[in-house]
Amino acid sequence: MSQEGNMRRVTAIKNGTVIDHVPAGKALSVLKMLGIEGDMSNPVSLVMNVPSKKMGGKDIIKVEDRELNQSELDKLALVAPDASVAIIRAYSVAEKMEINLTEEVVNVARCTFSNCITVNPREPLPHRLVVTSRDPLELRCRYCGKTQDIDGLIDNLL
Amino acid sequence: MPGLITMDDLTNEEIISILDDAEKLLPVARGELYLPLLQGRILGNLFFEPSTRTRMSFETAMKRLGGNVVNLGDVKTSSVVKGETLFDTIQMVDGYTDIIAMRHPRQGAAQYACDSAKVPIMNGGDGAGHHPTQTMLDLFTIRQAHGTLEGLNVVLAGDLRYGRTVHSLSHALTRFGCNVTFASPESLRMPEEIVADLKAHGAEVVETDDLLGQINSADVIYMTRIQKERFPDEDEYAKVAGAYKLHARDLDGAKAEMIIMHPLPRVDEIHPSVDKTRHACYFEQAFNGVVARMALMCWLLGVTVPEDVNQAGGVL
Repeated sequence: MSQEGNMRRVTAIKNGTVIDHVPAGKALSVLKMLGIEGDMSNPVSLVMNVPSKKMGGKDIIKVEDRELNQSELDKLALVAPDASVAIIRAYSVAEKMEINLTEEVVNVARCTFSNCITVNPREPLPHRLVVTSRDPLELRCRYCGKTQDIDGLIDNLL
Repeated sequence: MPGLITMDDLTNEEIISILDDAEKLLPVARGELYLPLLQGRILGNLFFEPSTRTRMSFETAMKRLGGNVVNLGDVKTSSVVKGETLFDTIQMVDGYTDIIAMRHPRQGAAQYACDSAKVPIMNGGDGAGHHPTQTMLDLFTIRQAHGTLEGLNVVLAGDLRYGRTVHSLSHALTRFGCNVTFASPESLRMPEEIVADLKAHGAEVVETDDLLGQINSADVIYMTRIQKERFPDEDEYAKVAGAYKLHARDLDGAKAEMIIMHPLPRVDEIHPSVDKTRHACYFEQAFNGVVARMALMCWLLGVTVPEDVNQAGGVL
């Protein structure tokens, strides 16, 4: 199916945010990272595992009536570093945004190592994960130095 | 604030400079000379888990240099049992002291403390993480025996997975171009991220389960204790631990200058028959904990060790 066909699986949105080129199967993780739960009032459309020339397969997310900001989007670097994001206003692309993987991911997720000092939720310093490799993505906890389990990080989102 | 959390906090040149200072301070560590370089300074000893050598050698080092020490004491009677965070404990001790030595059961605790404190933090062991002050005394001992740190064949044996001393030491040894062999049971291999780090720095790492086969080519054999509690049952422990015991008769083909080290305490992994051989170096190594920590504290506190300590110091 063509790219246009993919987009037509769900209707065009009037206002909101479209996140395209999410790795196949990761859309639910993206929603979780953005704090988009089933009980929110904004309509959310989601297609999963559609064909993509660039990626083989991909997911697409459309969030209506909500414009995601840059710091929200930067969290997505953990699961969808190459996603493309468009802000839609009056059915047109008003703005294109990029996801930036910063050198350190701060206060996005808690370290996945069970004996890290940061497992105590009362310890006040920020949770800091240092990006040690971008491709493949590898992060280490600033404190304990352990390489992070990326899937585990999704469960440890703050 | 600069501290010593992992060996990455020191360049090779800094390591050599601290070891040179340690060499100069030997008569002070032995109590032959009084040199109060750290008079008026206070060390905070924060040991959240048991320690004998590390805690005592830090305390001895500070006192030999004329400084004082305050201790956290037994964790069971401190604010820690009331639920105090590490952050809060550090804020308090930071105000009382000029430098802190700490050991904590949680990995990353030393870096966390360093990020929380204004005074230098010295990591005396954080979970199964790092133990860089032990590495400094290990390097001092190796250099004392071989006259160099470069190009030596070093075998690290025993529990490499949970043994934090070997984690820090392996990083340092490969930085000085040593050939490092890891001899351990399959279940206690060196953690993958450490092996990956060493390889990324260009080190050739050999992993084996055959300790005895490494003896004849080794310049240093660094033994560690295999802990019973790491195994699901006693039989499994006995089977594995048996292959990592050194007896004097195993050393017949060893190089004359080869040294055997151990961070202590030992249990069965070095038979007492080894103590009488020329290779045994572990008690000297334990003594070197004082001199290495003296030099390290001077460095972290910005105190220069005089070239001629005999001229600068007084007789006790």
